[in-house]
Amino acid sequence: MLPECARAGGPSRPDGRDSRRFLELLSGSLRSILEIRDPIGRLVRYAVSAKLEAADVTVRYENVRTGVSTLALDGFSVTVQPSEFVCMVGPSGCGKTTFLSALDGLLPLSGGRITVNGKVVNGPGRDRAMVFQSPSLLPWRTVLRNVTYGLELQGTPLRNAYERARQMISLVGLEGFEHYHPSELSGGMQQRVNLARALVMDAEVILLDEPFAALDAQTREFMQAELMRIWQATRTTAVFITHQINEAIYLADRVVVLTARPGRVKSILPVTFPRPRELRVKRTPAFLELEDHIWGLIEEEARQTLKSMNVVHA
Amino acid sequence: MLEEKALVGAPERSSPARVEKRPRRLTLGMRQRLIGTVAVVLFMLAWEGFVRYGLVNPMFTSSPTRIVSMFIKMVQEGAMAKDLRVSGVEFAAGYLMAVGVGIPVGVAMGWYRDVEAALQPFVAALYSTPRIALVPLFIIWLGIGIWSKIALVFLVTVFQILISTEAGVHAADESLIRTARSFGANDRQIFTSVVLPGAVPFLIAGLRLGLGQAIIGIVVGELYAATAGIGYEIAVAGETFQIDRVFVGIVILATAGIVMMWALRQVERRFESWRPQRQHA
Repeated sequence: MLPECARAGGPSRPDGRDSRRFLELLSGSLRSILEIRDPIGRLVRYAVSAKLEAADVTVRYENVRTGVSTLALDGFSVTVQPSEFVCMVGPSGCGKTTFLSALDGLLPLSGGRITVNGKVVNGPGRDRAMVFQSPSLLPWRTVLRNVTYGLELQGTPLRNAYERARQMISLVGLEGFEHYHPSELSGGMQQRVNLARALVMDAEVILLDEPFAALDAQTREFMQAELMRIWQATRTTAVFITHQINEAIYLADRVVVLTARPGRVKSILPVTFPRPRELRVKRTPAFLELEDHIWGLIEEEARQTLKSMNVVHA
Repeated sequence: MLEEKALVGAPERSSPARVEKRPRRLTLGMRQRLIGTVAVVLFMLAWEGFVRYGLVNPMFTSSPTRIVSMFIKMVQEGAMAKDLRVSGVEFAAGYLMAVGVGIPVGVAMGWYRDVEAALQPFVAALYSTPRIALVPLFIIWLGIGIWSKIALVFLVTVFQILISTEAGVHAADESLIRTARSFGANDRQIFTSVVLPGAVPFLIAGLRLGLGQAIIGIVVGELYAATAGIGYEIAVAGETFQIDRVFVGIVILATAGIVMMWALRQVERRFESWRPQRQHA
């Protein structure tokens, strides 16, 4: 487990301004360890081989119709290491999906920046691939052609795309269904196609936006285990957004807990259960304890939201 | 994992087996065709009977057998081929022009806000005008030959196609566009891979609505002023009290309409093989 930043100088954490300066230093050049002095002069050593880095990300958007502007994310910073699986949980409406859209480059940032392999994100790119909450498959395309869709858009020759797509389809367990249309598949199978379509891109980072939220409870459990099996095979760096705390713990190397809106990092918790994990790890005391702890954090946030709402109504 | 695969895979695999268990029953399609045929035959027999047994005044009516024999007579007279050709050319030219203009303009209006803003007033105005009322103008401008009819067919058809196409482009699935964008699609790719395929059902609906309008256009144009054509035959026969001839014209128009509707239905099927089969009771 690599911590977010490996510090040698002591327990004090550099403030936001400091980390911004550090990022400016970093832009362009990529070194594995960076040493700077913190405000009280101690030497701080950072591991900077991060795959994905979000620094002080702020997103404010305006409702075009009402003109009301909402601060969805406020100074959100998180670092994801290569081959790390990071899950994000938080109270409803805390800006999780907003953050993922920003990572994907679908949403302009109002402040801060996001880098993948040190390259600044300013739009969708082939270094990231998204698995959407709804399967979002093209209904007139077969499973095979849905999986090749992203490759086709990038101009990969069709024969080459087919070959890669077939491998991925078999990895997600849909062999034999290549020529089915999405409407002929169950919800779980559609999500497998959605997953295969993203994985086939061979991206640096895969972004998953509550991909199992619409599935029934049993299918969801199986799909979590399936995702673990598939991820174990590819080891792609992953950012996974979810509402379900036990899903997050089961999948993640680290769980990032968000605050209520505007979203900030409330807490980052390492998960150290050995891999490959079986579903029954969810019923061990250590797991339940962690789950309870995260529940507590989220409840705290939710209660504050309620309180602030009552103030508004009074 | 395997359990889940088996679970979700089960319905697809087991359904053919279930059909095989009761081979005696007619398929849904066969059953419907049979019912339809029986209904039509019964209707024809009843019609023929009513006329034969003098329940209606044979002066003012026709019957299936009289229509058939009149049709044969008209073919032998030789005018039929010319009428069919004239009406056919008018229809084909007007309809194809309407398709050629309606689809691209509809797409442009659906895709580009500015084009829509510029053309919307004209489309709205012309669409709400009964374009049949323009027949006298067309006759003055283009004569009583085929060109006035082509213009009329074009004008009554083009708006159906245009408006349906525009609606189809507007109806593009926002989540699919988002997905395409996420995978790095540019505007052109989004248009060809998401918007256009999604608009096909609307487009075909427009073609079908336009078809009916086009046939009305031909008949009205030819009724008003013409020298040949099915509508012209109907007008002449009506004025000279030849009920059988009128009916032959009507049957020809109806048949042409049915055949073309069927053809479009096949095109639609071809494009919509991906749609889930609707379950009939």
